[in-house]
Amino acid sequence: MWPGGPVLICAILVLAGCDGPQSVLAPGGEDAFVLANLFWFLLAGAVVLWCAMNGLMFYVTRINPRELSERGAQALILWGGIAFPTVVLAGLLFYALSIMPEQRAEGDGGLRVEVTGEQWWWRVAYWPEGADEPIISANEVRLPAGSRSEITLEADKVIHSFWVPSLGGKSDMIPGRTNRMSLAPTVPGLYRGQCAEYCGESHAKMAFTAEVLTPEDFAAWLDAEAGPAVPPDTALAREGRAAFFAEGCGACHAIRGTPAHGRVGPDLTHLASRATLAAGTLPMTGEALARWITAPESVKPGALMPGYDHLPPERIAAMAAYLEGLE
Amino acid sequence: MTDISRIGGARRRRDQSAEDVLTPQGIYPPTEEMLAEPVDPELRKAQEERLKAVWDEPPGWRYWSAVNNSEVGVWYSLTAFGFMLIAGVLALLMRVQLAVPDNEFLSADRFNQFFTMHGSAMMFLFAVPMFEAISILLLPAFLGARDMPFPRLSAYGYWAFLIGGIFVMGSLLFDAAPSSGWFMYPPLAIIDEGVGSDIWLLGLSFIEVASIAAAVELIVGTIKCRPPGMRINLMPLYAWYVLVVGAMILFAFPPLIAGDFLFELQRSFDWPFFDPERGGDPVLWQHLFWIFGHPEVYIIFLPSIAVAAMIVPAAARRPMLGYHWIVLSAVGTGFLSFGLWVHHMFTTGLPAMSLGFFSAASEAVVIPTGVQLFAFVATLMAGKVRMILPMLWIAGALAIFTAGGLTGVMIALAPFDWQVHDTYFIVAHLHYTLFGGMIFPIIGGIYFFYPFITKKKMSDRLGRVSFWLTFVGFNICFLPMHLTGLLGMPRRVYTYPGDIGWDWPNMISTVGSFVIAAGILVFAWDLVRPKPKQGYTERNPWGAGSLLWSHDIPDPGWGIRSVPYITSRYPLWDQPKLLERIDAGRYYIPDAEEGLRETIVTSAIDARPQHIARITGPAWCTIWAAIFTGGAFILPVFKFYLLAGLSGAAAVGAVIYWLWTSTALVPEKPMKDAGLGLRLPTYVSGPSAPGWWGVFITMLGDMTAFASLVFGVFFYWTSRPDFPPPGSPHAVPLFVGLAALCFLAAWGATLFARTQNRRHDVVTARLCLGSAAILAIVGVGVLFMSVWMPGLAPASHVYPAILWGLAIWTGAHMGVGVIMQLYCLAGSMFGKLTPRYDADLWNTTLFWHFLLITGLVTCAVMGLLPGLL
Repeated sequence: MWPGGPVLICAILVLAGCDGPQSVLAPGGEDAFVLANLFWFLLAGAVVLWCAMNGLMFYVTRINPRELSERGAQALILWGGIAFPTVVLAGLLFYALSIMPEQRAEGDGGLRVEVTGEQWWWRVAYWPEGADEPIISANEVRLPAGSRSEITLEADKVIHSFWVPSLGGKSDMIPGRTNRMSLAPTVPGLYRGQCAEYCGESHAKMAFTAEVLTPEDFAAWLDAEAGPAVPPDTALAREGRAAFFAEGCGACHAIRGTPAHGRVGPDLTHLASRATLAAGTLPMTGEALARWITAPESVKPGALMPGYDHLPPERIAAMAAYLEGLE
Repeated sequence: MTDISRIGGARRRRDQSAEDVLTPQGIYPPTEEMLAEPVDPELRKAQEERLKAVWDEPPGWRYWSAVNNSEVGVWYSLTAFGFMLIAGVLALLMRVQLAVPDNEFLSADRFNQFFTMHGSAMMFLFAVPMFEAISILLLPAFLGARDMPFPRLSAYGYWAFLIGGIFVMGSLLFDAAPSSGWFMYPPLAIIDEGVGSDIWLLGLSFIEVASIAAAVELIVGTIKCRPPGMRINLMPLYAWYVLVVGAMILFAFPPLIAGDFLFELQRSFDWPFFDPERGGDPVLWQHLFWIFGHPEVYIIFLPSIAVAAMIVPAAARRPMLGYHWIVLSAVGTGFLSFGLWVHHMFTTGLPAMSLGFFSAASEAVVIPTGVQLFAFVATLMAGKVRMILPMLWIAGALAIFTAGGLTGVMIALAPFDWQVHDTYFIVAHLHYTLFGGMIFPIIGGIYFFYPFITKKKMSDRLGRVSFWLTFVGFNICFLPMHLTGLLGMPRRVYTYPGDIGWDWPNMISTVGSFVIAAGILVFAWDLVRPKPKQGYTERNPWGAGSLLWSHDIPDPGWGIRSVPYITSRYPLWDQPKLLERIDAGRYYIPDAEEGLRETIVTSAIDARPQHIARITGPAWCTIWAAIFTGGAFILPVFKFYLLAGLSGAAAVGAVIYWLWTSTALVPEKPMKDAGLGLRLPTYVSGPSAPGWWGVFITMLGDMTAFASLVFGVFFYWTSRPDFPPPGSPHAVPLFVGLAALCFLAAWGATLFARTQNRRHDVVTARLCLGSAAILAIVGVGVLFMSVWMPGLAPASHVYPAILWGLAIWTGAHMGVGVIMQLYCLAGSMFGKLTPRYDADLWNTTLFWHFLLITGLVTCAVMGLLPGLL
C-alpha cells in the first residue's frame, strides 16, 4: 500500500469528524468563520514547518550522520532560529491583531443579551433596543442571524466562561465585573454552547442551546417570549400546576403570569419551548422532567435544587405534564 | 605565573584592619611543570584514606542522616519519580472515566479531585523537584566540586518535600483532596467546603519554600563552587541552565507564595482579598498565579533542554555549536517568560492593548526557544552522529516539542485563543510541550547519566521498547485531543454527552494513554531492576567531554579526587592527562588532614580560588527542622493554630541548633595549603562567602514576594473604585512614622555593630545588636498599633485587610531579623563570632538591608497612601 494511504484515510476521517453542534470547525457566525479559516491556514503552515524541522533532524542523524558543513550549521542557527521566525511571527501577529477589533465590535442589531453564570446554569435576559425591562429566560440563547448582537456577561458566585464555538470565541464571566462581547451569527440553526471555565462539581453539566433564527422568526419568537406563560389545559396539567405551587416550587422559580416569582433558580415561563432541560443536560421530555424533579443530584451532582423523591410518582408526573406544557 | 595577592583577588574595605584581611597567597594559575610533577604514592594512599573517612555515608540506620549530594539527589529524584507515577495513575483513571460518554466510573467530585491533583502533583511534586533533584545530583560533578555549598540545606529541602508531598498526595486517600483545579481560582476555591483548598495552599506553600531553598543553593553552587579556571564562559551549558532556572524559581515562586498568603488569610479569617462584595477582586489571584505559572512552564522546560545540551555533544562527538547563542537564548527565555503571563487570561476581558502586548511577547519567546533547538540540530549536522539511546529520546522530544511549539504559536494569537482556550486543544498543546519538553529529555537524561550514578548501564533493548511504546502511545493519546478541543470539548469536564462527536476521539485517547503507561512501566522496571550480573561500566561510557565523567569507578564518596584547574569547556576532550592528575591528587584540595569536609570556593566571574569552605556533614537536626516546619504549615489546615505556632518555634529552634553547631565555625587555623603552591583562607565573611550569597539570593526572592503584595495594593487601587471605602479610617500616620524611624535606627545599629566589631570594639557592637533588637520589636509594636488603634477591621473590607496583611508580613520578617541579631549577640558572647570571624554578622547586616526596604516601603504604603488616594 502506498505509505500516504493511511494518512489520507485518517485525514478524511478527521475532516468528516469536524462537524458537530459545538465545533469550532463548523462555523455559523462571522467570527467563527474567520477563526476557522485562520486555523486551517495555521495548521497548513505548522505541518510544513514540523516536517522541515524533523526532516532535517532525521537527515542529519539517520540518513547522513557524517560531518556536514560547519558554516552551514552556523547559518542554520541564524536563519532558521532568528531571521525566519522573526519575519513569520511578525506577519502572523499583524494579521491576528488586525482581526481582533472586529471580533469584539459593538453590536449593531440593537439587541443586547445579558447572560449571568450561575452554578450550574445560565440566567439570560434579552434587552431589545429601547426596552425598559428585560425579557427573562434561562439556559438558552436565541440570536437573530445577519446582525451583531451585544452580549454582556456577569457571574453570580464563581467564574464561568460563555462560549458558543460555532458562533465565536469565549469570554469569562467574573463575579464583581461585567464583561462584554458580541456575536454575529450568519447561518440559522441549532448550536450548542458550554461553560468553558471550571466552575465546580458539575462544570461538565453546564451547557446551553444557542439557536440562530432569521430576523423575522427571531422577532416573532421574542414577542412570544415576552408574554406570560400559557398554562396547558388538561386535567393532569392542572393537577400538576397545583402540585407545583403546593410543593413551593415558586419560591425559587418564576413563571410569568402566575404567583411564582422566585429568582433563585431558572425562569420557567416558556420552559417547554427550549430544546433541553437542566442547562443542556437532558432532552426536553416529560420523562426527563420527572427524573430531574425526583433526583436532580443524580443528573447534576451538587445541584442546589432539592430532590422530590419523597413524592408519589403520579404527583411528579403531573408536575412534569404541567411544565411540559409551558410552551 | 603571578602572585595572587597582587592581582586584585582581594579588595580591602575601609573598615577592615590589615591583620584581619586574609587573602589567597601563593601561585595561581599553576604552571605545566607544577602539574607534571608526580605525587608520592604513599602520600596519595594516605590522602585517599583520609578523604574516604571524611566523606563516607554513615553506616546502618544512620544512613538517613546523610547529606551528601550523591545520596540526597538520589532520594530526591526517586521520590519525585514516585509522585509522577501516582499522578500518572490519576491520569489513567481519568482517561477510563472519559473513554465513553455518560460514564459513571468516577463521581464528579472524585474526578475533580483527580484532575486537580494530577496537575498539582505533576507541577509541584514532579517537574520542579525533579529538576532540583537531578541538579543536586549532577551539578557538583559538572563543576568539579566535592558537594553542594550547603549540603544540610539540600537535605532539609528533601525532607520538607517528602513530608509535604505525602501530606498533599495522601489527602486523596481520605477523599479530602483539593478539587478546585491546580490554578485554585477564587471564588470557587474559597467557597469550597472541606479542607481541600487549605491542603493545597499550605501543603504546596511548604513545598515551594523547599523549592526556593534548593534554588538558592543551586545558584550559589553555580556562582561560587566552580573549579579554578572555569570562567563563566567556560561553564558547561548545564550550569548555565541551572543558573537561569534557579533565578526563575527565585522570582516566580514568591508571587505565588504572596498569593497563597492572602488566599489563606481569606480562607482562615475571612479577610476579603478576592471577594468582590467587600472590595476584593478574584482577578488579582489570576495575575499572581500566572506571574508564577508561566515562568513555571519554562522552569520545567529549560532543565530538560540543559540535559539535551549535554547529550547532543556526546552524540555528535563535537563541542556544541553556538554556545553564546544558546546562553543568550536561555537568559532571554528566562526574562521573556515573566512577560507572558496574561496569555493565560486572554478571555478575562482585559483591554485590547494588553492582549496585543502579551500576544506579541508570547510569539517573541518562540525565537530564543527556536535558537536553542536549531543550535542542537546544527551541532548534530556538524558532527559525526552516533545514535546512542539517549539521543533517540532527544530526537523524540524534538518531534513532540516542535508540534507543541507550533500549536503554541497558534494560541499565542489572542483571537484564536478565544476559541480554544480551556478546551482539549490546550490539553493537547500543553502535553506536547511538557511531555516533549520534559518527560522525553529527562528519560533520555536518565539513560545518559545512569552510568554516572550507579556505574552500571540500563538496558539498550528495554530502552528502545520503552521509547517506541511511549512515543507512539503519546501521539495516539494526545494528537486526537487537538480535534476533541476544536469539536468544542472543554477541559475539566468529568463526562460528556454521546451525541456530539466527542466519543470516538476520547476512546482513542484512552487507548493511547495506556500505551504510554506501558512504555513508562518498561522504563521504570529498567530503572529499578537489580543488575547484579552486569559489571561496572567504563568511566566515560559515552565518550563525553564534561568534567562530570571524571568520577572514578566505583564512585568513592568524595566525588572528585582533587579539584582540577580548568581551561576548556570540554576538559575531558581538550585537557590531556587531566584524569590521571585528578586521580593522583595533583590538583587542589587532594586531602582532608583536619578530617573536615571541604570544597573550594572561587570568584563569581573568573573562578579565581578564594577560599576553602568547610561544609556540613551528616545530621539529624535537618530532619527535625523539616518535620517541625511541616507542622507549622500543615497544622493550620486543621485549625490547630496553637500547635502550629509551637511547631514553628521548634523549627526555628532546630534551625538555630543546626546553624550554631555547623556553620561559620571558627577554624583551627586561618589559612591552609590548598595544593599547587596556593594557600587559601579557611574562613571568609562578606561577599566572598557562599553563605553571604545564600542570604543575598534568598532575599531577592523574599523581596519579590513583598513586591507582589505591594503590587496587590496598587492593583486594588487602580481596579477598584471603592479602595479605600468612603469614610474608612486609615493607619495612624504618627505611629507609622515612628515605626519607620525605629526600623531605620535598628538597621543603623546593626550596621554600626558590624563596623565596631571589626574594629575590635566588641562591647559597642554587642550594645548595638541588643538595642537594635529592642528597636525592631518596638517598631513592630508601633506598626501594629497604627492599624489596631483606629479600629481597622480586616474582615470588613479589602483596604484594612491589606494594611493588616502588610503589617503581619513586615512583623514576621522583623521577627526573623531580631532572631538573627540575637544569634550574633550570643555568638559574640560565646566566642563563635569574633572581630575576625564575623560572617554571621555580615549576613545579618545583609538581611537587614533588605528588611529596611520592606519596613520603609510598608510604612510608606500605609502612611502615604491615604494622602494619594
